[in-house]
Formats: sequence, C-alpha cells, structure tokens
Amino acid sequence: MEEESDTRKINNSFLRDQNYATEADIISTVEFNPSGELLATGDKGGRVVVFQREQETKSEPQRRGEYNVYSTFQSHEPEFDYLKSLEIEEKINKIRWLPQQNAAYFLLSTNDKTVKLWKISERDRRPEGYNLKDEDGRIRDPSTITSLQVPVLQPTDLMVEATARRVFSNAHTYNINSISVNSDLQTYISTDDLRVNLWNLEITDQSFNIVDIKPGNMEDLTEVITAAEFHPQQCNTLAYSSSRGSVRLCDTRKQALCDTHCKFFEEPEDPSTRSFFSEIISSISDIKFSHSGRFLMTRDYLTVKVWDLNMETRPVQTYQVHDYLRGKLSSLYENDCIFDKFECVWNGSDSVIMTGSYNNFFRMFDRNTKKDVTLEASRENSKPRAILKPRKVCVGGKRRKDEVTVDSLDFSKKILHSTWHPHENIIAVAASNNLYIFQDKVT
Amino acid sequence: MFPKGTKRKFSDSGDEPAVGGEDMNQPSSVAVRMLSSYSLQRQALLDMSLIKLQLCHMLVEPNLCRSVLIANTVRQIQEEMTQDGTWQIMTQALSAANAAAQCSAERLVATEVLCRQTEAAQGEQVPKPFPAVGSEGCPAEEEEEVVVEEEEEGEGGVTMSTVSSQAPTTYLPGTFGMDPCWEEETEEDEDSEECGSGSEEGDSDRLVEDSRTAEQVFGTFEIKNPAPSPDPALEELFSDVDASYYDLDTVLTGIQSVPKMGPYDLLESLSSHGPSPLSSSTSCRSDLNELDHIMEIIVGS
Repeated sequence: MEEESDTRKINNSFLRDQNYATEADIISTVEFNPSGELLATGDKGGRVVVFQREQETKSEPQRRGEYNVYSTFQSHEPEFDYLKSLEIEEKINKIRWLPQQNAAYFLLSTNDKTVKLWKISERDRRPEGYNLKDEDGRIRDPSTITSLQVPVLQPTDLMVEATARRVFSNAHTYNINSISVNSDLQTYISTDDLRVNLWNLEITDQSFNIVDIKPGNMEDLTEVITAAEFHPQQCNTLAYSSSRGSVRLCDTRKQALCDTHCKFFEEPEDPSTRSFFSEIISSISDIKFSHSGRFLMTRDYLTVKVWDLNMETRPVQTYQVHDYLRGKLSSLYENDCIFDKFECVWNGSDSVIMTGSYNNFFRMFDRNTKKDVTLEASRENSKPRAILKPRKVCVGGKRRKDEVTVDSLDFSKKILHSTWHPHENIIAVAASNNLYIFQDKVT
Repeated sequence: MFPKGTKRKFSDSGDEPAVGGEDMNQPSSVAVRMLSSYSLQRQALLDMSLIKLQLCHMLVEPNLCRSVLIANTVRQIQEEMTQDGTWQIMTQALSAANAAAQCSAERLVATEVLCRQTEAAQGEQVPKPFPAVGSEGCPAEEEEEVVVEEEEEGEGGVTMSTVSSQAPTTYLPGTFGMDPCWEEETEEDEDSEECGSGSEEGDSDRLVEDSRTAEQVFGTFEIKNPAPSPDPALEELFSDVDASYYDLDTVLTGIQSVPKMGPYDLLESLSSHGPSPLSSSTSCRSDLNELDHIMEIIVGS
C-alpha cells in the first residue's frame, strides 16, 4: 500500500537546535483519542503534548487535516522514594484517552508509580466588567463606585488548560507498565510487574487488586506481567501477558481475585529454534485487542501474533517482523536491545497491523492480502509530502541497491511506540524525540 | 586480595581437553573442540548475564522484567552445566583458588535474612544480626573471633540457612569468587551464612561507592551490632531459611533497596540508626578489588 507522507517533523523538543536532543525529549508513548481528533504524546521528561487536527477547509482540500500543537503540560515530576532511596522517574509510560462525554477532553497518564487523570478544556471567553475590580485586576475602592454593571462574557483568544483532576497513587510497589480504560467508562486497570489493580475513576484512595502473581518467596519469581488490557466491549473481561510468552484471559465475574484464568494462550515452543535466548525473545512486550473484540494481538521480540479468542492452542497468524535478527541474538543480548519493548497496533478496521523495528523502520502487515511493507521514519530519507518508499533489509549475500544490510542497521534508532487513527489511515510514529505523522494518499 | 587469573583458570581447563584431544583420532578431537567452543560460549553468556545482574543503576530501580529474564537465563545455563558435570569442576577450581585468599575485614549479613527477621519478629526490639560463618584463611579480627566461635558452637545450631539440595540455586555469587567466603560456603554445601567483605573503619580507599558487586546485588550490608547472642528462638526461626533465598531475592528485590552512600555517610548512619529495624535501608559495601575483579571478567572472558 502506498502512503503519502505528510511528515510533520513535530519536534517535541523546546530547543531551537533540532539536532541536539536531550534525553528528556524522547517520546515514550503516543495515542490517538477515540475520535481521532487529538493525538497525545508523552515523553521521558514527564511532559504531555497534545496535538489537534485542523478542520479541513474547502479552499485547500489537499491540505488535509494536519495536526498542530493544542496543549502542552507537565504531567509528572521526578520524585524520590525515601524509603528505598530510589528515584521515581517522571517518564510517561502510557497515555490512554477517555471517550469524550462533554466539551472537555480527559486522558489518563502514568509514570512508574502514579496515574493521573487530566482534563483538557478550552476557554475562549472571559468575564469583563467587574464592579469591584478594574480592567487590570486591581481592587477598586468601594467608595468610588457610583453605578453597578453586570459582568459580560467577552470572547478572547483561545486558551487550552490542562488540570489534574485525579491522582491515583500509592497502589504500586513495582513499576506500572500499562493502563487500560474499561468499556464501562467508570473503571480502569493499572498494571505493574506483578499486580493488576482496578480503579474507579472517581475514587483515588482505593483500588482493588484483581491479579497478583507475586510468589510468597521472591526467590521463586520466574515470570512477570508485561501488559494488560480490558476487552473493548466486554467490561468483565481483561487479558494480561507475561514474560514467558503467555496470555491469560480473566473474567471478573468469576471471582474477585482473578488469579486463575479463564483462558490461557500459549504457543508451544518450536524445539528446532531453541536457544538460551528462547525465553527472552518469547517475552510479550505488548498486547492489543482488535476493535471487533474477537482477536488479540501479541508482540514478542521477533514476531507479531494474532490470536482468535476462541482458540488457545496457537495463534491464527504469525508475522515475522525482523527474523534476520535471530542470528544476532547474542549481540543483542549484550547491548540489551533484546529487552526492547515494541508496541503493536491495529488499524480501525482490524485489517492491517503495524509494529516498529530498528533503524527507524516500521512494518505493516495486511491480514487479508498477506502483504507486508517496511517503511522508514526518517527526515533524511523522505521529503515532506512525498510517498514513502518501501525499504528492504538484505538478508542474503548480495545487496541490491537501496537495500540495507543487517550489519548496517542502527540499533539505537528504534520505533517502539506508534498509534493508528481510529477511523482513517493516519499513523503517528515516535522515533526517539521526533514524531512522524503519515497519512494515506488522497486519490 | 583475590588471586588474579581465577577466571582464566577455568578457561584454561576448558581448553585443555581440546589440546589433549589432538593426540586422539581426528573426529573426536573436532567434536571435543566444538564442545569446548560451545561451553566457552555458554560460559561467556553466563559471565555476561551475571554482570548484567550485578551492575545496577545508581538511583533508579532496575527493571524487574529484565532481571527476571536474565536470572532465568542464568538458571537455565546453570542447570545445563550441572547436567554436564562442568559445574562441579568450576566450583571446585574456584574454591581451591580462593581457599588461600585472605578475607577482608568484616562479615556481613544478607538483607533478606534481616528483613525476614524484622518481618517475622516484629516484637523484638533489636534485630540480632547473625555474623556470617568464617571461612578458613580469614584473618582473625574482633568480629571474626566471635564468628568462629559461633560456628564451632553449633554447626547445625546456628543455622541461618539450609542450602537446598538443588545445586542450581546456590551458584550466583560464588561462581566468580566475588566473595571467597560466600562462594566457599555454597560450594561446601554447609549450613552456613552469607558473608561479604567490606570495611567499616573508614578505610575509605577500599570503599567504592560507584561499583556494584555481588554483595550489593544480593543486599549485604553492615552489621550494626557485631556481638550477637545465640538466641534459640531466632535460631529456630532461621533453621529453614534457604540459602538460595537470598540469592535471587536480593537480585529481584534487594537491588531496589540499595541506597547511594558515600564512605563517610556510612559512619554517620551507623551512629544515628542504632537498633532500628533494618527493613529496607541497606548500605552497599564494595571492595576496590572486587571492581578490579569484575573488570577482569569483562575484559578477560
């Protein structure tokens, strides 16, 4: 499939020199809101930047809705845990939007320990004509007032404010890796390495622990939770993945503490590819339910798998993301790249799935046509509004023109986070401190 | 001082079969060479994994998922090596090398033991730290004399830990002679306690605040009250503590409780903390020599 790249190099950095990027600007999460009108990014410095799509104008139809900065706020600050003498990073691990219910927008953002509910609202009017204050805000001497007036709301420049409406803290001993809003829109779960907690959006001083895999003796710990998500329609169903490559589906109606699963998804290991790294590469880094709710997608180090919720024995589809790395696992273990957590996303119709790779490559797989494509998010290799050229990694001996050899891949350039517009073919891809937005070509 | 070349000794012994194999007929020597190359790779992987576990971040908690995956990998290699019989050779070689080594000043006790102690015995005022069992060749200092007495008193009595019958669980710190005493104990399969090295008296040149060694990973820290009294209740409490417990536990949780302390901070904290429960304020002690040793592993293997 061809994509026109409306590559907006929206740089989250506040520095003028775009070549110099501080680590605080590295984007750590991206997420479209349910309508697709807003796009939120969180970075390592604890900031959230929200982009809004421009309304399409009839006069310039080719300038389809571009995304511009709508609001920026500091969501989390670095903290210090005095008990353990450890820093709590302000890096935003995940952002999840709530569906819009009134004029304001709500999102949940989380760092390692604390989840916050932010309200983003617009203000384009202000009251003018106070009696006790003059236009500059200074208090008037009451004795000078001779007549009364009613303050009137006057239009002003648009102001977008973000306020923290709820802070959900002190519920996680370990680091939070995911949050997921329930379809009931009243509750959500936050997940750390060993536990899943259920919260009510209105109540910040209580949460229910619904999954706890902490062993009595920490020495027996061999598996951690890597991600969890609520089913998109069934408010009682949630799934969580583990570092051992399995997914468990739980039903909260069955029992309050969902330590026993209803379904267990795990593919038996292929003995021919067994190595010391087998377990590490089977660790699931992300899970996503399809929009239909029928399928579940999991991402492990080398593959993306699509599971039918009705079949636990094996996935219905397995896609190789970068199988050429299989022979390089020991170097990737040495430089810690083998622990990179890639995310995966569905498109709106669940027909295409997308995930990231190294060298700023990202891959898309069409589930119907079985075709796949590798694209690159890079300023050097694509001009704005040019169609993205498919990339190829050369596996065999002879390298063709424009192919990239495995050895020349840049492992520091990784696409871990990406998101797909809920209805249209617009994707946002985070490449360290740069955000790329690609749109489908208008024919 | 650690004998240099401890690591190399194993590599050499690993190479010997290959060299010796030259005398035999071709196919078996090739097979032996391949086998030793595989075991060298496996050893390298084991070294790398242990270093990864030990080098913790200074201020931020290490990633639990990553630690668990690395620990599982180490366990897997270790199990395979035990089946091969390679494991026994290695531990014997290392313990022989380290038997002659001098242990430095003090015995330290694992965080977990004391944490368990404070958890289990909330009513007790002062956690009575058990001195670790001394090992041969250690210079007798104040605490160590007491230690030695303790050990003599009751081999089975003062039992902080029972080493589990499964060899895999007791390998972690001992393998690389990070701490000769520790490793020796586990190798001998005794009922013994952890010990580590460090100095309290302000030998600031021996305290390196930046290096993370096995002790820090496994949460050893300073004894506040070096003179213990053998309390039968406590002995009973610890009689079923598994040695392996504080291996992995420290890896997975003790890492989180490692504060950044300088050499002089330690002295201050010693005086100020006193008999407070030692739940999560652990202090790291590392020897400059151990840093050298880690570097040898990284560079040498």
